[in-house]
Amino acid sequence: MAEFKHKHIIALRDLTKDDIELLISTAENMRDINCRDIKKVPTLRGKTIINLFYEASTRTRTSFEIAGKRLSADTVNIAPSNSSATKGETLADTALNLLAMKPDIIVMRHAVSGSHYFLANKLNCSIINAGDGAHEHPSQGLLDLLTMKDRYGRLDGLKVAIVGDITHSRVARSNIQGLTKLGSSVYLAGPPTMVPPGVEKLGDVTVCATMNEALQDADVVMMLRIQQERQGKTLMPNAREYSRYFGLNPTNIKLAKPNAMIMHPGPINRGVEMSSSMVDGDQSWVLKQVENGVAVRMAMLYHVCGGELE
Amino acid sequence: MDLLIKNGRVIDPSQKLDDTLDVLVENGLIKAVGKGLSAPAGVETIDAAGSYVVPGLIDMHVHLRDPGLEYKEDIISGTKAAVAGGFTSVCCMPNTKPVIDNKTVASYIINKAKSEGFCNVFPVGSITYGLSGDHMAEMGELKESGCVAVSDDGKPVGNSELMMRSMQYAAGIGIMVISHAEELELVGEGAMNEGFTSTELGLKGIPCVAEDIATARETMLAEYTGTPIHIAHVSTKGAVRIIREAKARGVKVTCETAPHYFTLTDAAVRGYNTNAKMNPPLRESADVSAIKEGLRDGTIDAIATDHAPHHQDEKDVEFTAAMNGIIGLETSLPLSLGLVDEGVLTLNQLIEKMSCNPSNILGLNRATLAAGSVADITVIDPKIEWVVEADKLASKSKNSPWLGQKVKGAAVATVVGGKLMYKR
Repeated sequence: MAEFKHKHIIALRDLTKDDIELLISTAENMRDINCRDIKKVPTLRGKTIINLFYEASTRTRTSFEIAGKRLSADTVNIAPSNSSATKGETLADTALNLLAMKPDIIVMRHAVSGSHYFLANKLNCSIINAGDGAHEHPSQGLLDLLTMKDRYGRLDGLKVAIVGDITHSRVARSNIQGLTKLGSSVYLAGPPTMVPPGVEKLGDVTVCATMNEALQDADVVMMLRIQQERQGKTLMPNAREYSRYFGLNPTNIKLAKPNAMIMHPGPINRGVEMSSSMVDGDQSWVLKQVENGVAVRMAMLYHVCGGELE
Repeated sequence: MDLLIKNGRVIDPSQKLDDTLDVLVENGLIKAVGKGLSAPAGVETIDAAGSYVVPGLIDMHVHLRDPGLEYKEDIISGTKAAVAGGFTSVCCMPNTKPVIDNKTVASYIINKAKSEGFCNVFPVGSITYGLSGDHMAEMGELKESGCVAVSDDGKPVGNSELMMRSMQYAAGIGIMVISHAEELELVGEGAMNEGFTSTELGLKGIPCVAEDIATARETMLAEYTGTPIHIAHVSTKGAVRIIREAKARGVKVTCETAPHYFTLTDAAVRGYNTNAKMNPPLRESADVSAIKEGLRDGTIDAIATDHAPHHQDEKDVEFTAAMNGIIGLETSLPLSLGLVDEGVLTLNQLIEKMSCNPSNILGLNRATLAAGSVADITVIDPKIEWVVEADKLASKSKNSPWLGQKVKGAAVATVVGGKLMYKR
């Protein structure tokens, strides 16, 4: 089996095709553990993982915590509201203080793009990115890839439509990096205010003029959350008008391939990005994404720890 | 102290001189420039063979951080960095604490520079009180207390009416207005130039049009009122074009750029390098080309550093939390000499942009080696190669994107008012 040589996982941009395939195949193996009656293996026994979440998260933090526990690591969760960050401690000082307690891995979510590289330069433990600003969200990208592989058995030659606020989406960037490296094509659609300049140069990416154009013959339709907390007030009139042009509904989904997958990184604004019939319908893979999240994060924790089985 | 500088290549655009000559300094003034000059016994002699001897370089845009932010820089360390970089005069921006918006602060700076500094310091007062953008500072008092210009550098005057009235009022006083031209709504929370790199790094971008719009506004106000305006740190191809067109129409606009805008692109931000974070931000290669063309064709009058010292704690943080700006006094000369090597500028043009033009724009009455003038002289060895190292920089702050890099060319002697204030 290929060897995973990275100490940190900060961005899919930093990983090779082989790295990504290895993480996905490890995640496939990890899934067996999650289906057992006793969902725990001793793989990371004695390892300490700190989940440092500077931004709110339900899915990702819980998923990383469960992933660590299923591998028998000791996991500690820290949120800024009950940490020294509220007392003005810098990120570097917080991290150095945590490091003094000898964690093996720090899993961090932070609002500032690139903050994980900043920490990786200062700390000697592994850093896993659980989302940094509008940069990347590698565990989400990997779990999305795994979910697509579940449906299609491959990750090359797929046509993936990503619809919504691309500018502020770390999920979109990680998916673009991963899908491009594995040989699939990405079609983006969103209001021009939410499509960042030069995004087509990130990989096999086509920027579409309309949502319909992106949906045409898509194998996968990935809807992004409209992140009102990130958009300010100048990017769109309101959610109602957004939904009219960029919402997924029973009519426009017909443009995609029959039985195309519908995905969403959550949390979903029902009735905005997609109607409830889409979220809950037969084509929705949303909950499978969440399920796969645990296995993918187990694979990430396992490989940054050196990938040795006890 | 008297001084004889022998056998240098004397380049003095003010006298159209470019020849191997000697320069004799007596009682702080240029006594003579000519061939085979001799000095009385005991007078210090500098052998400048192989070096350029030029009117003292002038950096019309620096931040000395004194008073109030002395942990970043002060007048002593800042002027020491200046002379090490070949500058005999610097103009310091008013965003100190307190702001240079009154005689007390201006006088403090001038007096401290005279008693403890290494070079001439000409303060720039603020356009508005406390940089508030709200109402005009007492420009008359600022001018009388020694300020050579007014600027709200770092905080553009957003209110167009106030800017127009300030330009008219300043013209009446006879003091230059320097504009930090950026449309603040478009800058927003941006942390770098908006473009492919910001997209890849997931950082909020500052579109170049933020600078273009503000530059256009300033030139239109100058045209309408018939008053002069100087645009600071031009970084975009749009701003170069707008200024070029305004100059062609006879608008009284001058401008400067900084070495980082003709040497670096926003690709330098990759790796989230906070020493590549400044305002305006590093742009793209088309902008770098346009800046060079603007320097070449005379659209851009001056090279200034926007020397912006920041403490390590303000730079060694996550990218968006980092302060804007880099130090520049000690790297400007080699980087600017690179323009001569590249064929963008002649040596004569470079000295104009680093000495004569800043002096003329601000009425400093320096930048000449004519007999009888103040002996501000820079001796430059264009061939010395050296590595930019943090612990060898005179500046208190080390926020430079060139740390560890080899550069070519350096000041080997800096003479301020006839005194040898720096020798390499």
